[in-house]
Amino acid sequence: MEIKPLPWLKQSLAVWRKDLRIEFRTRYAYSALIMFAITTLVTVSFSVGGFALDADISAALLWIILFFSAMAGLARTFVHEEEAGTVTALKMAAQPEPVLIGKYLFNVTLLSSLTVLVVPLFLVLLNQKVLLPGVLVAVLLLGCLGLAGASTILAAIVAKAGAKSSLMTVLAFPVLLPLLFAAISATRMAFAGGLPRAITTDLLMLFFYDGTAVVASLLLFEYVWNE
Amino acid sequence: MLGPLILGVWMTGVIIASFLYMPATQGLGEMGRIIVYHVPAAWIAVLAYLMAMVNSLGYLRRGQLHLDRQAQVNAELGTVFCLLATVTGAIWSRGAWGQYWNWDPRQTSIAVLLMIYAAYFVLRSAIDDPDRKARLSAVYAVLAFFTVPFLVFIVPRIYFSLHPDLINLSDRSFNMDSRMLKVFLASLAGFTGLYAWLYKIQIRLENLLYRLEMKRSE
Repeated sequence: MEIKPLPWLKQSLAVWRKDLRIEFRTRYAYSALIMFAITTLVTVSFSVGGFALDADISAALLWIILFFSAMAGLARTFVHEEEAGTVTALKMAAQPEPVLIGKYLFNVTLLSSLTVLVVPLFLVLLNQKVLLPGVLVAVLLLGCLGLAGASTILAAIVAKAGAKSSLMTVLAFPVLLPLLFAAISATRMAFAGGLPRAITTDLLMLFFYDGTAVVASLLLFEYVWNE
Repeated sequence: MLGPLILGVWMTGVIIASFLYMPATQGLGEMGRIIVYHVPAAWIAVLAYLMAMVNSLGYLRRGQLHLDRQAQVNAELGTVFCLLATVTGAIWSRGAWGQYWNWDPRQTSIAVLLMIYAAYFVLRSAIDDPDRKARLSAVYAVLAFFTVPFLVFIVPRIYFSLHPDLINLSDRSFNMDSRMLKVFLASLAGFTGLYAWLYKIQIRLENLLYRLEMKRSE
């Protein structure tokens, strides 16, 4: 693998733009994500009723909602290529790594637009106070980067495995657990306050997880993509 | 035939010694004897998973199907020993902490390790084509292995764990009685031999099954 930053960047951005345009035409992945998130959110809010939840529980609930919505929508990018039969064209047009980076950027875009919509709704519906908004924003950003980072290559694997439903969740859950641990722990502190040192530890762990996920995906993607 | 015989005698010796020769541990009492089985099982699980990962990497580099079979056998053996470590750990936890399962960081990480390889086997069963199965599962195994350090080493260090550490990191000493250490090391060697023997049998079986498959499809 030879690293060529500039052509890679151009190609990745082209892949990213292409995916955004296709998504804008059908809005399938985005509506699946949003509807899934809203449905779970409403179910949670409805079953909780008027009770005020502990920060522990609402932090866990928030990440459960985000995780399962991500699983519902993020596999779409690669599955769509397989279904539409455009894989070969994409293979000819771009190197494997830019394809991965482009898809990764697309998934980050999808997830962050979901988060921007769902998290405020969550806070309103569950009546959750946020003591440290800056920490919450940082956790959500790092969390989205990590969720997308590990899911993108898994989506490629799932697409090659015949897009069996539920395979995505099964594969992603153990890989994403370290991220979820750290994210839930940091979100709890963002809701209820916590020691600066503990918060930094969690954020650092998220940061390193994100880096590891992206680097590992870049190294391995070639084997999934080329047959 | 001599190898398995020696192994059988050796392991029997270890089992007897763990109850008769080895003293009860300080603090943990009779429960401490489980260390002779729990730690070697965990060690073999890590070793087998490591070998599975090495085989997977080898498959990705060279694309030879026998490496994929080795990875599969190692993952299977790793899972068996990981289950043993989990169960013995839970029994010990019941005696020492009063509960079989309480999501101590160590228990969490071993549960996740089991889940990773459960997912690995699900992925393998979802794909029919042998080459594609080998490649995708190898990628998943390597990818999952990148996240394992977060669980096994970082999480128990950052978050408070009640799990005892064998090696005291502060003064680099071994917290063990000398007789106990002897039995423990003997058990470690026995478990490693057991793993090597099981691996040999399993890989022979898988190779034969593969050749049978080839014969049938001719």
